Amino acid sequence: MLSVSHLTCQRGERVLFQDLSFELPESQWLQIAGANGAGKTSLLRILCGLAEPVAGRVTWNGNAVRENPEAYHANLLYLGHQGALKEELTPLENLALSLGMEGFAVSENTALAALHPFGLQGREYLPVRFLSAGQRRRVLLCRLLLRPARLWILDEPYTALDAHAVDFLSSLIETHLSRGGSAVLTSHQSLSLSPGLCITL
Amino acid sequence: MNGLLYPFQQSVRRDLLLAARHKTEIITALFFFVIVVNLLPLGIGPDPDLLRKIAPGALWIGALLATLLGLQRLFAPDHADGTLEQMALSPQSFTLLVAGKILAHWLVAGLPVVLIAPVLGLQFDLSGRGLLILTVSLLLGTPILSLIGAVGAALTLGVRGSGALLSLLILPLYIPALIFGAGAVEADLAGLGPEGHLSLLAALLVVSTFFAPWVTTVALRVALE
Repeated sequence: MLSVSHLTCQRGERVLFQDLSFELPESQWLQIAGANGAGKTSLLRILCGLAEPVAGRVTWNGNAVRENPEAYHANLLYLGHQGALKEELTPLENLALSLGMEGFAVSENTALAALHPFGLQGREYLPVRFLSAGQRRRVLLCRLLLRPARLWILDEPYTALDAHAVDFLSSLIETHLSRGGSAVLTSHQSLSLSPGLCITL
Repeated sequence: MNGLLYPFQQSVRRDLLLAARHKTEIITALFFFVIVVNLLPLGIGPDPDLLRKIAPGALWIGALLATLLGLQRLFAPDHADGTLEQMALSPQSFTLLVAGKILAHWLVAGLPVVLIAPVLGLQFDLSGRGLLILTVSLLLGTPILSLIGAVGAALTLGVRGSGALLSLLILPLYIPALIFGAGAVEADLAGLGPEGHLSLLAALLVVSTFFAPWVTTVALRVALE
């Protein structure tokens, strides 16, 4: 369970949010809403343990996430709005190497099996620089199939996806929740997911 | 889950694969080294005694500058596209992944310099023994350049005009490696034997292998906040 108590985030002189508290139990998802620049990504980075809040704490199953980051990160999958994809490498190489650096060996067949439901047949061996924005996004989302994690933190996961991919991603999130996982996501769209928690910054 | 070394291996493999897709960068650094070292005999003139004396220094300075060329791009592309964030969020040790990147940088920027140095040493009229000592000193010394350079690259990450700042920050730290590296050949020419200098160089390598990846990681975490 992810819990956040009395969180304050400050960027320069500006206080983005203060005294923010919530709890995210298993099998639940949380949508973070807010205008552009309201601090959604800053909040996600704090939840991941990448940034330190000015005040307050984030705990995972009772342990502060910044104190034992490696144990927390084993349970966490974060997809930022930056791709972390290398343009020179193919989707297969990108997936195999990024998961390899997290300690998961991914065989070519496993990676192919993850790319195909996202409609990337015929693009597996093409450098990512030849892919469209939506296709790059799909390559990234393949990580959801390949990397076991109990908590998903997704920054604008629906950006640039077509209707078919949006439905597929929603079904993935539902499956993840039904298995006892939890998810935090930011989105400007109204989502066709089972009702979840929502906070507005 | 695999052993501790698997993520390290993958980190090295990734950077080598990226370098293989950007061959021009490697070749540019190597040609830069060759040209800088070639300019000296042309500028100083064909006096074998003088050339023999300046050979170790010339080759070492060439190696320093060639290493510096690629350093700025050691972390900058990964920082820009979010890869560094993912590495910091890996359940594996971030330090180990960073160490993998440093090793890959040495394999791409340092090792070719070590391999080509004996050929360049010939035109300075170095003896066979002199060439051997020079190569050994570079083999011990170029990893130090990559290791210390990585600390500088991490500290200047995201700073505007980081190229010049990086050189100012790092070149003074290269002085000990330069002194002992170039000194090894000179000491041998003077009849003192190279062992003392080479041992000190090896000690520097051990110390920087131990501390540099860790310090680099701390600097990268600060850059990511």
